[in-house]
Amino acid sequence: MHRPPPTTRRQFLGFASGALMVTLRPAEATPAMQSSAIRQVVGEAVVRAGKVKLDIPPLVENGNTVPMTVVVDNPMTPDNHVKSIHVFNEKNPQPNVGNFYLGPNAGRAQVATRIRLADSQKITAIAKLSDGSFWSASVDIIVTLAACTEEVI
Amino acid sequence: MAAALINVPKKAKRGDIIEIKTLMSHIMETGYRHMASGEIVPRDIITGFTCRYNGAEIFRADLYPAIAANPFISFFTTATESGKFEFEWIGDNGFSETASATITVE
Amino acid sequence: MRLASAIVAMLLMAGAISATEIPQGERRSGYSFMTPETQAMQDDDTSNPGMLWVLDGEALWKRKVGSANKACADCHADGSMKGVAAHYPAYDKTLGRPVNLEQRINLCKANHQQASPLPYESRDLLALAAFVARQSKGDAIETPADPQLEPFIAKGRELFMQRQGQLNLGCANCHDDNWDKRLAGSAITQAHPTGYPLYRLEWQSLGSLQRRLRACITGIRAQAYDFGSPELVELELYLKSRARGMPMEAPAVRP
Repeated sequence: MHRPPPTTRRQFLGFASGALMVTLRPAEATPAMQSSAIRQVVGEAVVRAGKVKLDIPPLVENGNTVPMTVVVDNPMTPDNHVKSIHVFNEKNPQPNVGNFYLGPNAGRAQVATRIRLADSQKITAIAKLSDGSFWSASVDIIVTLAACTEEVI
Repeated sequence: MAAALINVPKKAKRGDIIEIKTLMSHIMETGYRHMASGEIVPRDIITGFTCRYNGAEIFRADLYPAIAANPFISFFTTATESGKFEFEWIGDNGFSETASATITVE
Repeated sequence: MRLASAIVAMLLMAGAISATEIPQGERRSGYSFMTPETQAMQDDDTSNPGMLWVLDGEALWKRKVGSANKACADCHADGSMKGVAAHYPAYDKTLGRPVNLEQRINLCKANHQQASPLPYESRDLLALAAFVARQSKGDAIETPADPQLEPFIAKGRELFMQRQGQLNLGCANCHDDNWDKRLAGSAITQAHPTGYPLYRLEWQSLGSLQRRLRACITGIRAQAYDFGSPELVELELYLKSRARGMPMEAPAVRP
């Protein structure tokens, strides 16, 4: 690949940082990637805010392991229940976090797990009900790096 | 080697809503980390988890690299009859683990 | 920038390292510095990832190994490990120096099972250490009242106090003089080893106290001692003696 030698400072920095990029983290997910991941689940349906409660500490202890609980305030009867819960992020390399599929006998639409957060960002949970409607909640989380880095053992 | 930790109540009354907690030993390598040489450490994660209650699926999950190592998953179900819960984890590189727990429902 | 100025402030306190341990009444486990969510992770045995290693350790404890074809369980009856981890590191007469729990396990392997020692920080050694340490849950930490240990405890205290590395910091600068303040986003704890071996969220794995000490020493930009080195054992010994009376909580969870 032949590129004319960078002449302006901006061009030079762009070229230099391009070479550095190889060893850094890959590009973060963009809000567009998250929207498209949500579209894949929701299609063209409207997603309403409500019913879903997303429980994550607003300032995480460590981004490697963040406890997360999602609860959906909805009955769980054969005629009216939460079918699935989908969690998305906006700054990890990939927009999906997890999908959880419940049955009418679940009793309670509540799922807990531990997730990884690469950076301070917004997490979104979307619930799909048996009537085809979608409900969501979002939370802004702050993630700090550990104070001291350590080498791999 | 113990791979899974399961918490299911041993006994419940019919109609009780019970919580099931599972913990599976797994590195959940994201596929986004680099070695010092610059090579990517290949992805190695659990991709799916299923729970069956006396043979019927009651809960299923798709897991992505954003799920932390040693995945913890908890969910609820209604205790309807005595019997067996069967858990299955599948993932990259042919990963496959199962566990089970029994329950007495009165 | 804030981190740099915090460190500069500490450096300006050159020579102001307090020579006293934290009074018994003020001792707090690292547990108390954590968020409720992380505390909950430790509290519940079925959600504490460290328990995966304890279960592995239980299986290894019963497995016959080595040319003696013996399992740990063959000599050590059920429940006989209660309180042991709370009293380690302990003095080894044959070697003439203190050994930590992992070294004791390897010495037993070599001497009684006629098996090869397990590498430091290997999954099997951590699992066995976690299983044994778990048997001390709730027991008060107490360094054995062995006069032969005293020079080693003194050496450990010296290592804890000495300034070292590019930042010229001693352990005491943070953990005796500035605990409960914050370093960048993280709480500075009192550095009591009540929960080892523990599941560290930063590692996403269970690890030993020596791993944590090496990480800290690297973190202050000093050269970390090797696994199993006398310096690390002396530091472990001093830290346990400094935490005298505090209950064991292995396997703990820490950020």
